[in-house]
This record gives sequence, structure tokens and C-alpha cells, in this order.
Amino acid sequence: MYISSSPHIRKDWNVKKIMYGVVIALMPAFIGSIYFFGWRAAYLTFLSVVTAVLTEYLFQKITKRKITAFDGSAIITGILLAFNIPVKSPWWLPVVGSFFAILVAKQFFGGLGYNIFNPALAGRAFVMASWPQIMTGRWSAPLHGSISGIDGITSATPLNLLKLHATDPAVLSRINSPEMLKNLFIGNVGGCIGETSALLLLIGAIFLFVMRYADWRISVGYIGTVFVVAWIFYLTGLTPAGPLFHILSGGVFLGGLFMATDMVTSPVTPAGRWIFGIAGGLICMLIRVWGGYPEGVSYSILFMNMFVPLLDRVRPKYLGEVKK
Amino acid sequence: MKLLKFKGGVHPHDHKELSKSSQIMPVPAPEFVYVPLSQHTGAPSKPIVEKKAQVKKGTRLSEPVGFVSVPVHSPVSGTVMGIVPYYHPLGKKMDAIKIKVEGDEIEDGIGEERDYSNMKKEEMIEAIKMAGIVGLGGAAFPTHVKLSPPPDKPIDTVIINGAECEPYLTSDYRLMLERPDDIIKGTEIIRRILNPKRVVIGIEDNKPDAIQILREKVDGTGIEVVSLPARYPQGSEKQLIYAITGRKVPAGGLPFDVGCYVQNVGTAIAIYEALRFGKPLYERVVTITGGVNKPGNFLVPIGTPASHVIEQAGGVKGEVGKIIFGGPMMGLAQITDAVPVIKGTSGILIQLKNEVHIEDVYPCIRCSSCVDVCPMGLMPNMMEMLINAGKYEMAEKMGLMFCIECGCCSYVCPSKRPLVHTFKMGKREVLKRRKK
Repeated sequence: MYISSSPHIRKDWNVKKIMYGVVIALMPAFIGSIYFFGWRAAYLTFLSVVTAVLTEYLFQKITKRKITAFDGSAIITGILLAFNIPVKSPWWLPVVGSFFAILVAKQFFGGLGYNIFNPALAGRAFVMASWPQIMTGRWSAPLHGSISGIDGITSATPLNLLKLHATDPAVLSRINSPEMLKNLFIGNVGGCIGETSALLLLIGAIFLFVMRYADWRISVGYIGTVFVVAWIFYLTGLTPAGPLFHILSGGVFLGGLFMATDMVTSPVTPAGRWIFGIAGGLICMLIRVWGGYPEGVSYSILFMNMFVPLLDRVRPKYLGEVKK
Repeated sequence: MKLLKFKGGVHPHDHKELSKSSQIMPVPAPEFVYVPLSQHTGAPSKPIVEKKAQVKKGTRLSEPVGFVSVPVHSPVSGTVMGIVPYYHPLGKKMDAIKIKVEGDEIEDGIGEERDYSNMKKEEMIEAIKMAGIVGLGGAAFPTHVKLSPPPDKPIDTVIINGAECEPYLTSDYRLMLERPDDIIKGTEIIRRILNPKRVVIGIEDNKPDAIQILREKVDGTGIEVVSLPARYPQGSEKQLIYAITGRKVPAGGLPFDVGCYVQNVGTAIAIYEALRFGKPLYERVVTITGGVNKPGNFLVPIGTPASHVIEQAGGVKGEVGKIIFGGPMMGLAQITDAVPVIKGTSGILIQLKNEVHIEDVYPCIRCSSCVDVCPMGLMPNMMEMLINAGKYEMAEKMGLMFCIECGCCSYVCPSKRPLVHTFKMGKREVLKRRKK
């Protein structure tokens, strides 16, 4: 006979189910990346995942910890890191990035549940700082479209177009065109491996929200704020691109749906999550308009990760709480 | 009036289908019964019988010690074998009166109908106290105490709790189907004592037949029957008050602080029986369910060992994993089937060995499910971290002492962390430190 404390029934889910659920949710965008960028996208993602799992396994083996390398969380980190690099990256880039993500950003902080920063984003920041020319200079066009999302312009990704050619009237006239927005939505533009297709990311994310593997508040807060702020900036002339262009370009969907919503590195209270998402979206837009990078998603989320312990203090009122 | 939705809560599969259609069956007395002197919240009662004393069904065995205390009565006729330390559902041995069952005599006067329409309020409360009546929902708080609110806190709303939100349990449900008239008569007595403006019977909407039958019966009495959305812990006092009246019991306070009185349907029947038939509380309806051959609802003499009751339910079908007194969310797992049924035992749930999952405990992944489901609006993840770090004062500041131990947080935790368990330990530690 067993003795244990109540309750004696448990909901039929666990950490593994959540983690593999997220992996499944990333599959539409993964398959899309192969369609847009060819088999090399799958190859780099594979290397990244294998490195992530192997790093976690070896670290836990060497330090004599419980082996949790196969719980799915390392796979997510591997996929997300690969999604955040260009398809023309050398094979060792995802390997180094994944290694850093798991070893430094995750295991050195105590492993799953204890890391402050989203491991994949920390890995991306590491390779970005180390090899910026690879991370920002080697874009390639999707197999069935043009790099910029606009026919005839083959010099830059949509966001670079905005940053570097924002004064060119030929560009300006087409930046908010239906053609551009359609290509951005579908993902038929240049960009990192897994970030281009808002549509496919959204399909995966809806699955996450329905299964409650991610909190929609963060995503709505983040993407909604980018939309609203971009609209204000557009109307006041601070950016030539409209709000739809801003939310569909770069990694807003990948970051807002899959990386800001990482449970471990986001706040636990509903109010904290709203603030986290909204402040993240705002920072993203500030970087895009005034920062040195065309893209602000990853740094905005990493920045907000730091405030999570503070945001956790925005606790709900308990039932019948008396004011003191 | 519009029903409000309390925050949080969970929807486990209720498994009530196992026992809901079986009528309440009396359980024949076993060879020995063990009647614990403490079956209620408050001071244990003091025995008034000696070894070898002859007792009958309904003979009073003890007297209350202080105001928050009630006596216990013999559920059988026979001979007192002595006062022995015996298993208690709370998990430790406590003094119990052991009685050898002989014959089937009943104490004089019990069962005779009497007219209570002229009884004074104080007389009724005293009669309820001496009948040993406690809340039958599980907490076993002495009923006469609740019926005597301080004069500056008048009760304007009486809520009769027929929510029965714990999965598996169907004892209240059966009482509502089989004895609706007695529930209403008991409710009328409470109404006479407290003189409230509003009397409400609250039932979860997964028991539509009970709602319908009580709605028919209350016609013309001014009592309301409300259908509550089925969501655990709807039957918890504070959540129930909030749903029905929109009032929030202040943290650390009691229902009378917001003019409310909550009583279980079974208790209403016990009150009626005490006044009408002079019958003390020496038996109760218990759902025996889960891994038994014939799950059902049984009228069990208090003090009957679980093994005897389980036999009545056809015995265990397989290897026993857990014997749980109460429901699966808040019930207590027992170390042996010798543990006796007491006044607060609403059910005995048998989990078979293959149904008991011993799962790996993972680190908290901060998924926030526990924060989302906590019906008290607490942050279980933070409180657990603080208690494990020994920071009891900080945990207290986050509302630890207001945890109702409903189990929602542990239920949803994907990391399978023993959250409620940690809070029970933490609360005990806080109380220990306060005493110093």
C-alpha cells in the first residue's frame, strides 16, 4: 500500500508532454523552412538539435546529475537557435550557438527551470556578437521568391530594406504594398531559417495556446504592442513601414509566439505577463527605429528576461485580501 | 441573482458514475467498533463510560470539553471493552472507545417523534450540540458553534451546500435524491435559529436530477435552489459564498464576517433527526468507491473499520494501492484498512495498485498553471520555493496561511511537485513558531 499526501489524482500531462508539444508546434515552420530555403535548413537545424541534446547529456553525465537531456527542452533550444540564423551560415555556427545556449545559458544557471535567459536567444546573441558578418551579411533569397519580398529588388531583406534604403522612393512606394505583405505573411522573403513565415508560426502557436503550453497574453501583448507602436511611428513619420509590415517582418512572430512565451523565462502572473509582453514589444520597436540593428526582437526579449523576478512580484490579490 | 464565477479551479474527471445510481444501503454492525473521542475540530470529548459498561445504540459515551467540542454516541448496542489508542483517519493513533457488538437495542426515546415547534433557539442549539452534530462535509466543525454567531455579526444568508465537488463522492447526491424533505426540514430549523433574509441550497449542475427534485420540494418555502457550474472546489466554503452572494470572506476570517452561514446537506438532515427523533449522530452516509466490486453509498455506524465497509461494497477488485478517506483531491491516504469511519468521513476511495502513479518530480518550469488555478489567488510556485528555502515569514506574507489545501495546484503541476504537501508542512511550522 502507498501513503502520500493529497491530491491523489493528477492532471494527465507532464513536462515532457509540454516540451514535445512545443516541438510539434514548431514543425509547420520547420517544414516551411525546407520549402523556402532547401534542405540546408533541415541540415543546420539537425546539427543544432543534436548539439543541444548532446551538450546537455554530456554536462549532466560529467557532473553526475540526473540525465534530463531527452525531455524535449534541449530539442526546443536547438530548433529555435537554428531558426534564428541565416541558411547560408557555415555548419559550425549552429553547433557553437547551441553549445553556448545549453552549456552557459541553461546548465550553468542550474538547468531547466533555473535559467534566467532564454537559452536559444542567449546562443543567438553569442554568435551575433562573435560573427556579425555571418549573422547579418549572408542573406539568401527563398527558392521561390525574392529576398526582399518585392519583385526586382534583390539587395536586402525586408528589414534591411527599411533600415538601409528607407529614402529610396522606389522602395518606399512598395514597402506597404499587398504584394510585400503577402510575401511576408507566407514567408516568401529572405531571413533567418525559421522566422520568415508568420502563417506557419501562427498555426503552431494556436496549437500551443489551445493546449495551454504557452500563454496567449504574452504573445498578444508583444505582437499587439509592436503593431500599435509601429502604427503610431508610421503616422508620425518615424518609420516608413506600416504596422502590418512591422509585425510580419523579422522575428516578431517567432519571438512573440515561441520565445517570449518560454515558461521558464517569463513571469508567472497574468499581470506580469501582460507587462512582459507589452514592454518587450515596445523595446523591439525602439531598437528598430532608433537602434543600430534593423531587428530588435531577440534583444527585446533578452532584456525583458532580466525583469522577470521583478515582474513576478506583481502578484494577484488573494481572495478576501484585506488592505493594510 | 447572478451567479459569480470564482477564480481558478480545475475540472478533474468526476467518476461519480461508479456509485451515483446505487441507493443508500445500511451496513450491518461489525464485531467491534472503535469510536474516537475526537472526531471534530476542537477539543476531544471526555469519556463518561467505563470498561464493561453496557451501551445501546445512541447512548452518549462522552461529554464535550469546552464550547468548541461535541460528545460522541454509541452506534451499536454492546459492551464497552475499554478506551484504547486506535487508528484515526488523521494518521495517528488516538483514544477511541472500543465496543463489542451484542444485540441490536436502541436507547430509550430515540426514534419517537417529538414536537419541536415550540423549542427556543437556545434549546435547539443545545440539543444539536448534545446530539454530537458536526459539519458532515469533511471538516467536522461543531455545528452548534456555527449556529451561535457573535451578536454583532448577524447572519443574513444561509447556504446549504449540496455542491459535492470532490470527484467520486456521491453521498450528498444520494441524500438529495432520497431524502429531500428531511433536508428542507433541517434547513427550516437552521432558518428558525438564525433568522436570515435568504436561504439558498447550492448544487453543482452535474446533478440536474437533484436540482430538479429540490426545486419541486422547496416550492412555497421561500428557499432558493441554485445550480452552480461544476468546477472543483465549488463546494469550498469561501468559493461557494462568493459564487452565491458575491461577498469575499476576509482572509483569515469566517463566513459570519460577511453574514453567511454554510452547512452541508447531510448536516441539515442530522439536525432534523436530532430535533424530531432525538437521534444523535452515530451513523452517516459514506460513498465506497473506486477499485471495489460494488461501489455504492452506505449508511455506516461511526467507528466501523474501513475493512468491514469495503467488504460490504464487494471487496477490493485487485491489489490495493491506496485507501483514501474522503475524495481524491483532499482525502487522506490511510496506512491500514483498520481505520474507522468517523463523522467527517464522506467517502472511502480505493485506488488499485496500477492506478497509483508514482511520478518523477521535475524542477518547476514556471508554467504558472498553479497560479492560474489557485481558487484563493495565491502563488503556489513562489510559496513552495520560499518554504523550501526556510523563508516562512515571506511565505506567510504571500498568503500561505490562507491556503485551503484544495489540491488544485498539485493536481495541475506538470512537474508533479508536492505543492499542497509543502504548504501543510509550512503552515504547521508557522504555527509552531508563533507559539514560541
